[in-house]
Amino acid sequence: MQARDVRAFALKVFYPILAIIIALVFTGFIIFFMGFSPLEAYAMMVSGSMKNLSAIGETVVSAVPLIFSGLSFAFAYKSGIFNIGVEGQIYIGALFTILVGTLKGIPPVIHMPLTIAAGFVGGALWGLLIGWLKVRFGAKEMITSIMLNYVATIFISYCVSGPMKEQSGSGMSQTEAVAEGIRLPRFVAGTRLHAGVFLALAALFFFWIFIWKSKKGYELRVTGLNPNAAQYAGMNTDRNTLLVMLLAGGIAGLAGCVEILALQGRLMAGFAGNIGFNGITVALLGDCNPVGILLSALLFGALNAGSNKMEMLVGVPSATVSIMQGIIILAVVARVAFERGMFQWKTRGKGAQA
Amino acid sequence: MIATITSFVASNIRTTTPLLLAGLGVVFSERAGVVNIGVEGTMLIGAFTGVVASYYSGSALVGGLAAMVSGLIVALIIAFFSITVKANQVIVGTAVNIFAGGFTITLNRLIFGVSTSVTMIDSFREVPFPLLSKLPVVGSSIFTQTIPGYLAFSLVPVAWFVMQKTKTGLKIRAVGENPHACATMGNNVIRIRYLAMAYSGLMVGLAGAFVSMGTLSSFTENMVAGRGFIVLAAVVVGNYTPVGVLLATLLFGASSALQFQLMAGSAVIPYQFWSMLPYIITVVAICIYRKGSNAPAASGRAYSRE
Repeated sequence: MQARDVRAFALKVFYPILAIIIALVFTGFIIFFMGFSPLEAYAMMVSGSMKNLSAIGETVVSAVPLIFSGLSFAFAYKSGIFNIGVEGQIYIGALFTILVGTLKGIPPVIHMPLTIAAGFVGGALWGLLIGWLKVRFGAKEMITSIMLNYVATIFISYCVSGPMKEQSGSGMSQTEAVAEGIRLPRFVAGTRLHAGVFLALAALFFFWIFIWKSKKGYELRVTGLNPNAAQYAGMNTDRNTLLVMLLAGGIAGLAGCVEILALQGRLMAGFAGNIGFNGITVALLGDCNPVGILLSALLFGALNAGSNKMEMLVGVPSATVSIMQGIIILAVVARVAFERGMFQWKTRGKGAQA
Repeated sequence: MIATITSFVASNIRTTTPLLLAGLGVVFSERAGVVNIGVEGTMLIGAFTGVVASYYSGSALVGGLAAMVSGLIVALIIAFFSITVKANQVIVGTAVNIFAGGFTITLNRLIFGVSTSVTMIDSFREVPFPLLSKLPVVGSSIFTQTIPGYLAFSLVPVAWFVMQKTKTGLKIRAVGENPHACATMGNNVIRIRYLAMAYSGLMVGLAGAFVSMGTLSSFTENMVAGRGFIVLAAVVVGNYTPVGVLLATLLFGASSALQFQLMAGSAVIPYQFWSMLPYIITVVAICIYRKGSNAPAASGRAYSRE
């Protein structure tokens, strides 16, 4: 590596780390003003996320859905679409997973891939709807995707308490469990690490190949950078929008699918928590590239796993992680200011050219 | 029948009020060229601040004012990142929404605890309008409002006048349309955009307080439930004018009001489908709406001098 490459790489890593430090400091102040010790809270977070094999396993298990939701956001973002509808796509993906996964009498060898495909299709359809509304009616995806999130979550809460509610037993609002044979296997004793980890890695790899190595991916990146230039160059931006939202939605659907097949086994209202919105932070902190997304998903997996312990032992609500996320995003986007030299000590007169 | 209409109109006005309050603010910042996705989070913080201030002071009025101040602060933070730092405005807004969710949940649990018992606070009370409230049908529905309710509807003509007939309104419209030309005329683009954001923050904060203290009198987690985005849709559908915003928010408000009426009156269709109504109507409205002429040309783009 040449000196210039080293410098470029260092800068690439420097900004996200700086963003994390800024967020830790700010959130630390908030924790302090709430009357807790930030150091104690952070220590619990660290020990809760990597104290032993089981804790590390929990970190990775929490990171898996974040990889999918981060990828979903990044896919659309690379092509200039702001997909904040990941949450809805997760729920519809989960719904399709249950519809196919609870079927009886299919050999697991066929049933498992079929169910995973169904999860993808569910999310893809919900994503495609957003893309279609944008292409056909010019409806802003920022508004439609949020509205469709609410429609999807309300619809799921109807399904699990109404027509799809489990017949026997607890009376809880949840669906029947998926067939036993299609649960994703766990592979390290003493942890909940499951085969979904490999699916997530495969999705990362697919994202890298598709966006950086294929002709279509090149078109999408051009569209993202300059839609007018893309159109002028003869690219069908409408069709690309549909394709992107189909893929982004499908990957989000996989997040829901894997959560169900690996962990709960059934669908409950609100099961996805903040996975959808966490994906936005994961993607932006990871600069929308596969390695970055993997690393920041692991970071937020650790924060999620650790924050539960922090809440239990120190009493700091785990929602402080969302505070931290908001600050991280702001710090990441403030990078443009650093690059323009806004915060440098400038000598008089010289600063005007920055 | 008349009782039904009366109760529907009253209900419609109550569901419209927070949307209209925020919409009358956001229409100015949007017109000035700042896209603010963070309305949702700002409203949430306003809703929470209002309840907390009312809880400690015992006065809903103090709560409303505190909510406005909190809205102002959040709006200025968004403005700083969008206008001064020139970061992507949509991402800034999203960050604020995520932050607001975590911030209000955290503080809510610390101040009011996790218990399910609801802390009672002073909320906005209905003030019957002298004489007019005695009219049949409309008296008890239209002329019996809370202070923010009266404020929202009476601000519509004021906002229209400021936007269309005053120099300030002209400047705001100009910086959203062509900031460079506006700067050439000797106007301070940055300052005008900050002022528009500050005003919209005050209104959005008050709107948030109405969500928690208008018909209810407590804060629940994520209680704004997409209203911030519905406001953004109302500004688009209302073609970026105060009167248009009034009509659009009345429509969206009606869909919420209808939801409660239909929920109570129908056993056949599950209530969840009525809960979806406001969101579906918003999507439909934004789709069938033909692109209006007032969408600012420099919308969402930060202004740089070169």
